Amino acid sequence: MQPHHDRPLVAWLLVGWCGFVLLPWYAQDDGFFSFAWLNAGLFTDRDYASGLAQGLWLGRVWLLPLLVPLLLPLLALRQGMDPARRANLLVLAGLLGIAWLAIQGLAVNHRGPAAWLAPFVPDRSRQYGMGAGAVLVALSFLFTLTNGLAGRGLVKGDRFVAGSIGLVVAVVGLFVFVPVGMILARAFVPDQFADQFFDARIWGLACTYSTVRCGVAWNSLLLAVLTGLSTTLLGLAFALIATRTPFPFKRSLRVLTVLPIITPPFVIGLAIILLFGRNGTVTQFVATMFGIEPGRWIYGLPGVWFAQTLAFTPIAFLVLIGVVEGVSPSMEEAAQTLRADGWTTFKTVSLPLMRPGLANAFLLGFIESLADFGNPLVLSGDFDVLATEIFFAMVGAQHEPSRAALMALILLAFTLLAFWAQQRWLGRRNYTTVTGKGDSGVPLQLVPGLRYTLYAVTIPWAVLTIALYALILVGGLVEFWGRDYTPTLRHMIAAFGVTTGEHGIVWSGTAWNSFSTTIAIALTAAVPTAAIGLLTAWLLVRQEFGFKRAFEFGTMLSFAIPGTVIGIAYILAFNVPPIEITGTGIILVISFVFRNMPVGVRAGIASMSQLDKSLDEASLTLRASSFTTMRRIVLPLLRPAILAALVYSFVRAMTAISAVVFLVSANYEMATTYILGRVENGEYGIAVAYSSVLILVMLVVIGIFQLLVGQRRLGRRSAVPVVAPVGAAS
Amino acid sequence: MSVASVRFENVTKAYGKVVAVRDVSFAVEAGTLVTLLGPSGCGKTTTLRMIAGLELATGGRIFIEDQDVTHLPATARDVAMVFQSYALFPHMTVLENVGYGLSVTRRPKAEVRERAEAALATVGLAGYGERLPAELSGGQQQRVAVARAIVLEPQVLLFDEPLSNLDTKLRRKVREELRDLQQRLGITSIYVTHDQEEALAVSDRIIVMNQAVIAQAGTPRELYEEPASRFVADFIGDANLLAAEIARIDGGRATVRVGSSTLELPGRALPPGAATLAVRPHAIRVHPEPVEAANRMSVSHAIYLGSHLEYELDGPVGHLFATVPAGGTMIPQGAEAWVTFDERSVALVPG
Repeated sequence: MQPHHDRPLVAWLLVGWCGFVLLPWYAQDDGFFSFAWLNAGLFTDRDYASGLAQGLWLGRVWLLPLLVPLLLPLLALRQGMDPARRANLLVLAGLLGIAWLAIQGLAVNHRGPAAWLAPFVPDRSRQYGMGAGAVLVALSFLFTLTNGLAGRGLVKGDRFVAGSIGLVVAVVGLFVFVPVGMILARAFVPDQFADQFFDARIWGLACTYSTVRCGVAWNSLLLAVLTGLSTTLLGLAFALIATRTPFPFKRSLRVLTVLPIITPPFVIGLAIILLFGRNGTVTQFVATMFGIEPGRWIYGLPGVWFAQTLAFTPIAFLVLIGVVEGVSPSMEEAAQTLRADGWTTFKTVSLPLMRPGLANAFLLGFIESLADFGNPLVLSGDFDVLATEIFFAMVGAQHEPSRAALMALILLAFTLLAFWAQQRWLGRRNYTTVTGKGDSGVPLQLVPGLRYTLYAVTIPWAVLTIALYALILVGGLVEFWGRDYTPTLRHMIAAFGVTTGEHGIVWSGTAWNSFSTTIAIALTAAVPTAAIGLLTAWLLVRQEFGFKRAFEFGTMLSFAIPGTVIGIAYILAFNVPPIEITGTGIILVISFVFRNMPVGVRAGIASMSQLDKSLDEASLTLRASSFTTMRRIVLPLLRPAILAALVYSFVRAMTAISAVVFLVSANYEMATTYILGRVENGEYGIAVAYSSVLILVMLVVIGIFQLLVGQRRLGRRSAVPVVAPVGAAS
Repeated sequence: MSVASVRFENVTKAYGKVVAVRDVSFAVEAGTLVTLLGPSGCGKTTTLRMIAGLELATGGRIFIEDQDVTHLPATARDVAMVFQSYALFPHMTVLENVGYGLSVTRRPKAEVRERAEAALATVGLAGYGERLPAELSGGQQQRVAVARAIVLEPQVLLFDEPLSNLDTKLRRKVREELRDLQQRLGITSIYVTHDQEEALAVSDRIIVMNQAVIAQAGTPRELYEEPASRFVADFIGDANLLAAEIARIDGGRATVRVGSSTLELPGRALPPGAATLAVRPHAIRVHPEPVEAANRMSVSHAIYLGSHLEYELDGPVGHLFATVPAGGTMIPQGAEAWVTFDERSVALVPG
C-alpha cells in the first residue's frame, strides 16, 4: 500500500530536484523553448546555469539553503514512519522552501542584494527573473506542502484535492492579489498622497459653473450612470418585444446576444465616426440636405454614451430576457382572474417582479461603462474618463505611475462597490419565479399602446445596430469611407496580402504578424483558462473545505477588476525580479488566463451543478481516487462546458484591449493594439478591414463550436453549455 | 455467532453546530440485512454515508470486519453502495458501468469483462451489456446499479433508498429480488428507507432512528409487537396511543384498565400506575349495540374503502382510528358505537 500512496509525492520531489539540478534557474532572454541553455553550459554559465551550480560555483550562495527543504522530504519516504510525523515533516519542508524562495527572490534583485544580506554574499551579486528551474522547484515545494496538509487530515485527507486547492490559491494569489496589492503600494506615496488624491483633475467640479473641465472621476460616474440607464431601458424594451409581442423577427433578436462577444473594441466607436463624424455619411447627408455645418459633437460625452449604449444594450437584453421569461405566467393569470386588466397587471405584477433583474442590468451596464477603454479612447475628445486617463498617465508623455496607480485604485473602488451593490441587491431580493413545477400558462401579451411605443423605440435602434455592423463589413472594401466609395481590396491587401516570392509564400500584409500572434496567444491562453476555471468550479461544487467562501471570492475577484487596472498592476508587479515577465508573451497569456478564468468557473459551476453528485460518490465507493473520478467521470460529462470555456476564452483573448494595451511589446503585438495604431493614424480603412476579418474568424470559431456541442447528447443527462457573455469590458 | 461486519462505537457526526448523528452505537452481523429506518432528517442516510466513507465521523469509531476505518476515505474501504438515483455513468455502456470498479483497480481487461458479465447475469441482465443506461427501464437501471456494486465482492453492501424511484407495483417485486439476491450471496447489507412496510419486508433486523439517535433496534416482529417508545409504536404500523392504568402486575403479566375495558397484556417490566397503550387500528372492535365491558363512543367519521371500513371515534378514552373488515352494516357518522379491544394487537409502551 505505502509505496503506491507515495507515488505522487515521489514524482513531485523528482520534479523539484530536476528543477534545481538540471534546468536553468533564471529566465533567459532567448526563451526557454529555444533550448539554447542545453549547450550553453548548464553548470558553468552565469545566465544558463542550474540553481545548484549557481549556488556552488557561480557565487549565488543564497540559493544553497534551498537544499534543506529539498532534502527534508526524502526522510519522509522511509518505510514505517509515523504518518503524523511524516505529514508534519512535509508541511515543514514545503513552508521552508516557499518562504526561502520568496525571501531570496525579494532580497536579491537586478540591482543587488538587500542590506541585511549584503555581508554574506559576494560583491556585485544580482539575480534576474525566475526561470524554468525555479518554477519547478516552487511547484515541488507547493505540492510537498499540500501533501503534508492532506496527511494532517485537511479536506478528508485527499491529496489531489489539497494539491488542487493549493495550486489555485497560489496562482490566484500571485497573479491577482499581488498585482492589485502593488497598485495599493504605489498609490500611497507618502507626502504626495493627499495632493494627488484631491487633485482637481480627478474630483474637480468646475465644469458646472465655468469652462474648466470636470474631474475624471465625476466624468466616469456620470457616463456610467447614463449608460446603465439607457442600456437597461433599451434592453427591457427588446426583452419585452422578444417575449411578449407577436413581433415577426423576434427570434432573430436573439442574435443580438452574441454581438458583444465577437465585437472587437473600437469597432462601434469607429463605425460611429464613419457615420456621424465630420466626414461621416450621415453628417454629410444632413449637411447637404439641410445646410447644417458639420460639427464635432460626436467627440465627447454624447458620442461615448451613444457608443456604449450600442455596445452594451445586448448585455442588458441578455440579462433581462431571462428575467422577463422568468416571470411566471400563472402569476399574471392570477392577477387577471382578480379583475386586473392587461396594463394594470403589467404595472402591478410583472414589472415589480422584474425589479431585481432591472437593478442587475443597470449595475452591469454601469460596471461595463466604467471599465470600457476602447470607446472612450476613440470618441471621448475632451471628456476624459478614468479608464483612458490611467493609460495616458502611465504611457503618455507625463509618465506619472503613482497617479496612474491612484486612479486605478479609484476605478477599482467604484467597480467593486457596484459589484458589491449588485450582489447585495440580488442576495436579498430574489423573486425567482421559475419553480420545478410545470408552468403551463401563456405569457401575457403587451397592451397595444405599450407595444407600439416599444416598436417605435427599438426598431430604429435595431436598424442602426444592423447598419453599423454592415458598415464594418463593407467599410473596409471601399477606397475612403465618406469621400470615395469606389470598391477596392486595397485595405485587405495591405493588411492581409499574400504573395509568392522565391522562397515560397510571403505573408506581405502588415497585419499578419499581429494576427498570428493573437491567434497563438489566444490559443495558448485558452487551455489553462479552461483548466483552472473548471478545476476551481469542481472544488467549489464538489468539495467541502473551511475557507470555501473566501476561496470563491478570491477566484471571482479578477472578474470585477477593470482591464486597465489589471494592465497597470501587471506592469507594476512583474517588471522586476523575482518575477520578470513584462514584454514576453507569457504575461499576455497570464493576463488572459486570470481575466477570463471566472467565466470558466461560472460555466463549470453551472454545468457541474447539473451532474448528480452521487455519480462522483459512486465512483469513489468503487475504489476510484478523486483524480480518477475527475478524469473518467466528471471530465467526460463536462465536455460541452469544457468546449464552451475554451471557445469563450479564445474569443475574449482575441478582442481584449484594455489590459493588453499595457502589456504588448514589439515582439508581441496583438490584433487589437494594431487596430488601435491604425485608428490613431487615421487609417480607418485598414482598421475596419481588420475588424471585419476578426469578426468573421470569431463567428466561424463559434459556429464550429455550436456544431460540435450540438452533436453531443448523452441520454437524459446532457449538460447544457453555458456561455455567459457578460463581463467587465475588454 | 460470527464476527460483526460493521460496528459503530459512539459515533457522532456534526456539521458545525448541527448534529446529524449523536453518539450512535450498533453492530451488524455478517451475512444479515439490517435496515436503518426513520423519518427524513433522522440521520439514517448520514449513518450510511459514514459507513461508505462519503462522510467522515466527527467522533467515535467505525469498524468494518474489525478493522478501524474511521479515518479511511471511501476509496480505501471495502464497501459498495447502490444509490437512490442509481448514479449510473451516462457516458458508459452498461458493461463499462459494471466493470468500472474493476478497471480502476487495474485488473486485466479479460477479467474485467468476464466478471462484469457474470455480475450482469446474476441480476438477470445478461446480454444488456452494450446498451447505454438511458436505454434501460427504471427497474433495469436499478439492477445495473446492484450489479455494479456487487462486482467487487465487497464485505458490505449499502443501499440508499434503492426503491424510491420505482413505481409502487415494481417496488414490491424488486424488493423481493433484492432480498433473494442478498440471501443467495450471503452478503452483509445495510439498507436505508423511510418506508416501514419495505423495512419490515426485507430486514433481518431494523434500526429505527429519530432525531439523530437510535430509537430502537430489533427484529421486525419485536419492533411491531414491543415498541420501545411512543415514537416507534406510531412509526412502525399505525397506532392509537391511549392513556391507561396498570392496575396489577402478576408474573410478568399486567392487568391494564383503559376506560371501561380491562386487558391482560405482557407487563414489559413496567411499574403499576399510569401507562401508555399502543392500540393497532385493526385491534379495535366496533359494535353498533352495547356489549359487555365496552366503551361508549361517538362516530365522527365513517368511510367505506371496499375491503374494509375506517372509523374515527371520540369518547372518554380519547380519539380512536379503527379499521374493520367490510361486511357488516356501516355505522353512520354521528351515531353511537361500543368499542372493545383485541389484546393480541395491543401493547404497553414505556414512556
